[in-house]
Parts: sequence; C-alpha cells; structure tokens
Amino acid sequence: MTGSSTAGSSATGAIVAEELRRTFGEVVAVDNISLTVPRGSVLGLLGVNGAGKTTVVRMLATVLKPDSGRAMVHGFDVLTQAQDVRRSIGLAGQNAAVDENLTGRENLELVGRLSHLGRSTSRDRADQLLDQFGLVDAGNRPVRTYSGGMRRRLDLGAALVSRPPVLFLDEPTTGLDPASRLDLWGVIESLVADGTTVLLTTQYLEEADRLADNIVVIDKGLIAAEGTAKQLKARLGDTVIEFEFASPTVAKSAAKTLGGTVAAGTIVRLVMTAGPATLRDAMNQLSAANIAVSHVALREPTLDDVFLTLTGTGATS
Amino acid sequence: MRWAVRDTLAMVWRNLTVIRRVPQLLVFSLVQPLIFVFMFRYVFGGAIQVPGGRYVDYLMPGVFVQTVAFGAINTAVGLAEDQNKGLLERLQSLPMSRSAVLGGRVLADTVRNVLIVLLMLAVGFLVGFRTHTSVLQVAAGVFVMVLFGLALCWIFALIGLLVPNGEAAQAAAFPLLAPLVFASSAFVDPRTMPGPLRWWAERQPVSITAKAVRSLMLGGSEYPSAYVWGAIAWSLAIIAVMAPLAVRRYRRS
Ligand SMILES: Nc1ncnc2c1ncn2[C@@H]1O[C@H](COP(=O)(O)OP(=O)(O)OP(=O)(O)O)[C@@H](O)[C@H]1O
Ligand SMILES: [Mg+2]
Repeated sequence: MTGSSTAGSSATGAIVAEELRRTFGEVVAVDNISLTVPRGSVLGLLGVNGAGKTTVVRMLATVLKPDSGRAMVHGFDVLTQAQDVRRSIGLAGQNAAVDENLTGRENLELVGRLSHLGRSTSRDRADQLLDQFGLVDAGNRPVRTYSGGMRRRLDLGAALVSRPPVLFLDEPTTGLDPASRLDLWGVIESLVADGTTVLLTTQYLEEADRLADNIVVIDKGLIAAEGTAKQLKARLGDTVIEFEFASPTVAKSAAKTLGGTVAAGTIVRLVMTAGPATLRDAMNQLSAANIAVSHVALREPTLDDVFLTLTGTGATS
Repeated sequence: MRWAVRDTLAMVWRNLTVIRRVPQLLVFSLVQPLIFVFMFRYVFGGAIQVPGGRYVDYLMPGVFVQTVAFGAINTAVGLAEDQNKGLLERLQSLPMSRSAVLGGRVLADTVRNVLIVLLMLAVGFLVGFRTHTSVLQVAAGVFVMVLFGLALCWIFALIGLLVPNGEAAQAAAFPLLAPLVFASSAFVDPRTMPGPLRWWAERQPVSITAKAVRSLMLGGSEYPSAYVWGAIAWSLAIIAVMAPLAVRRYRRS
C-alpha cells in the first residue's frame, strides 16, 4: 500500500489535525490540539503523564473518535474514510499489543493476514521483521516466554507489517535497554529516510532531540509549545540553577523573589537566561531579601525543565 | 463480503490456538460439569424424583446446557483481556472487517463448546445416560444447545467490552448466569419449587433449551417437540438483539 499516494498527498502534510477534542466523562483528555506533520518527517509529541498524548494518537489512528475537530491522515479523513486511513498506518500503542499464546511469527502473520496482505506475503514479511528486530531465534516460541523488551520489539515489528507510509509510535522505547533503544532509533531513521512519516510520543528529550524534526509539547490537552528541539531548548537557556533552602516555606518566598519555579519542596529552579549574570543577580536578590541559601547547583536542562518552564507556575520566560 | 469471512476465520484460528497449544485447558473446563454430574447423579440423585424416566437421563441434558452456558463466559473474559492488553486497539487500527473481532471470538467459543459437549456426552454414557432417539436427533440436540451457547456468547461479548479486564468479566458473569442455570429445570423438576420461582423456572430459556435437548435425545410425551422450536426461537431472538448491540459497542469508542 506504500505507493497509494494518489488520494491525498497534498502539500499540507501526511498528518493534519484540526482542533481535536476528546473527553471521558468529566475528564478533558484532549482539549484543543491542532498539528501538521509534513510527509517524510518526524513529529515528537512530548508531555507529562496524563497530558493527552495517547488520546491524540488513538484519535489519529481511528481507534477513538474525537468529540469534535477533524483530522486527515495520508489524505484520508479519520472519521469518514477510516478504512482508508487504516490501510495507510501502522500503530504501536503504549502497551505491547501482542497475543501471548501465539508465537512471535504467528503474531506478525496474523497482522499481515488481517491487513489483507495474503498468506505468502504475510509469511515473508514476518521473516523479514523477525530478522530486523533480532527475534529470529525466539520467532517460534509463544510470546508468553518473551521478555518485556522482546515483546516491545515484536509489537513495533507488527506496526510495520504492511509497510505503512504513516507510523504512530506511542512511547516506542519505553522498557528497552540502551542497545535496543539505539537499534530502534536506527530503524526509525531508515524508515524516515525512505519517506515514512512518523508521529511518536516520548518522555525523553534526548529521543525527541535525536529523531524529531519538530516537537509539540502538550499539557492538559493543550499545546504548550512547539518548534524544533533547538528552538525549545533555546527558550530554556543553557543551564538551570538549583537553589536549596531550609524549608518549603522559605523556598516558596525565594521562588517569588527570583521568579523561579519550586521543584521538589525545598528546591527552586531558575533558568540561566542571562548566563553567569543570572546567578550573580539571583544571589544579590536573595541577600537583599535576607534569604539564606543552603546549597546551589548548576544543571544542564532536561525534559523536566521544559515541562516546568512551559507549564509550571512561576515560569521565567 | 469476502474479507469479512476471511478476517473472521483468521480470528477464529487465533482464538483457538490456545486450545491447540494447551489442550489440557479443555479438560480443565470439564471439571465444573463433572462435579455437577457427580453430585447430582450420585449424591442427591437418589432423592430426586423426575417425571417419566430415570434421573440420569433427565440430568445429563441439563448438565449439557449448563456447560455451554458457562462456556460463554470465555467470550467475555477473552474480549476483556484483549482490551486490557491493548490488542483490541491494534486490531481496531487494522483495515480488517469491523465485525470479525467479535464474530471470530464468538465462533471460536462455539467450536470450543462443541468439543466440550462431545466430551460431556461421553462422560454421560460412562455414568449411565442413554439416548432413546436416532443419531440424527441426538445431533440435532447438540445443535440446539450449541446454538443457545452461541446466543449467550453474544451477551457475553457485550459484557466483555464493557468491563476493564478478565477478572471483572468473570465477576460480572456469575450473577448473570446463576439465576438462569440454577433456577431452572436443568437439574430438578420445577414442579417442586415455590410459586414465583416455579413460574420463572418453567419459562426461562435455559429450562426451555434443556427440555428441547430432552425432547431430541429422550423423546417421549413428557417433552413435546414444541420445546425445540421454543429453544431455537429464544436463541435467535437473543442473537438478533445482542449481536448488533455488541458490534455497535465495538465500533463506537
Ligand atoms: N478510556 C479512558 N477513560 C477515561 N479516562 C481516560 C481514558 N483514556 C484516557 N483518559 C484520561 O485522559 C487523560 C489523558 O490520558 P492519555 O492517556 O492521553 O495521557 P498520556 O499523555 O498518554 O499519558 P502517559 O504519559 O501516562 O501515557 C488522563 O487524565 C486519563 O486519565
Ligand atoms: Mg500515553
């Protein structure tokens, strides 16, 4: 199906979502999300637990219907052309969706048959993917006997069975050891080099940094920031200063004085937006306010800081 | 729809793989009905009076129907587990037929029910159960109860989609099945029951199906063939209502 780029290979993007919204009872899982992923590029969706990443992925993969808004995937409408969308996508959900009682090979062949590839194509494809994901030796064993990482790799293989032009990966490297993670990054990069469009969610800035052309940070179902990894990190400054105080109360008033964010009770974080001068000014402000610092440390920014700065209360920028 | 059939068969194959791989599971599902056979045939049996004939001949059709009824729990547990594990999500993202997941589940559980019923028939013969009709009629008896099992599978398909996991499915199933299976004519003659209970026990589908099976396997004036049509009508009615509800629920999310 890879070549079926006739229907909607519009210039607008392989994935286009407009004002998606989905609630579960009282919970607003996705409030209002619009995004565009150009053909052959990678979008990284970042967000803390419960931000709504999985819900966005499930709506785009036609598993879940949005309450409102619309989305096009590979030129097809997820609501009115769902089967066409399904012929164009691969989904690796947050939990490894494999059958414990089938062998690894049978799992892949089943997905092939249900993707209407035909029996022999399904078999060939299963062989290729077992090889690609280092599961040849385990291929004829029931998945029940697999380790967590092996399941995860099999699950990713299953998402690739039909060689889909659009791929959704929900936290694909969670639970993988460092070597498998690097292998998977390699697999994703080679797919993208061949023109596959990827939307992946992740908790790791490093992963988004390496793979994603663009990053969308979501928080409570809304877009908090978007841009390239470089642009986002630039917003943070290079380094974060961590001040530790005697008590949470002191930390709170210090955060107010400095315009920083409280993290972990007695620690206040401040982004070094003005280089070393930020530290000097902060120390001056604290002594002027008569607040004693018990400890100071400098750290490179992490995803934590992206979240705290973009979504926290006392954000600096 | 050619694909609907192929997808359903692929799902049936997938669901039956468990049995192919671990055939002992079938034997385990015989444990409960075997306990009932033992209890009613040998422990209480001597004290139970039934109209027109030996108690073991009355009892076994009841046990068969009980067995297929409890077999339907498998449908709810299987679907709930697939949902819990995220497998349903993968299947929903594939371009497969929208009815194949439920259809494949229900048909696989029906095949399983057929195997279990055949094993239970063998058990019946071992404990003295004898049919009094032709082989064809006995086969029709198997058909009627398996059809009833299939109808119940559709009820449990909907339940499986509504609960979060297999344990919850199991927990939801028992209170639903108990009044159907035990307040019935499956094991004892309802004429010994108090008023309202008797009214219920004489009319509900498990009783009708048990009587239909007795009609087809034992014959005799006590069980006219009207029960056969009654049982088939009940089964078809349940399927007509529950199958669309379950499929709609599956497609909704
Ligand atoms: N099926 C559901 N029923 C009820 N609430 C749900 C359901 N799915 C998601 N939610 C709620 O919607 C919100 C967003 O969930 P979602 O799974 O999209 O977050 P996420 O960003 O993927 O989080 P995580 O990083 O933990 O995977 C959460 O508050 C969650 O509890
Ligand atoms: Mg998630």
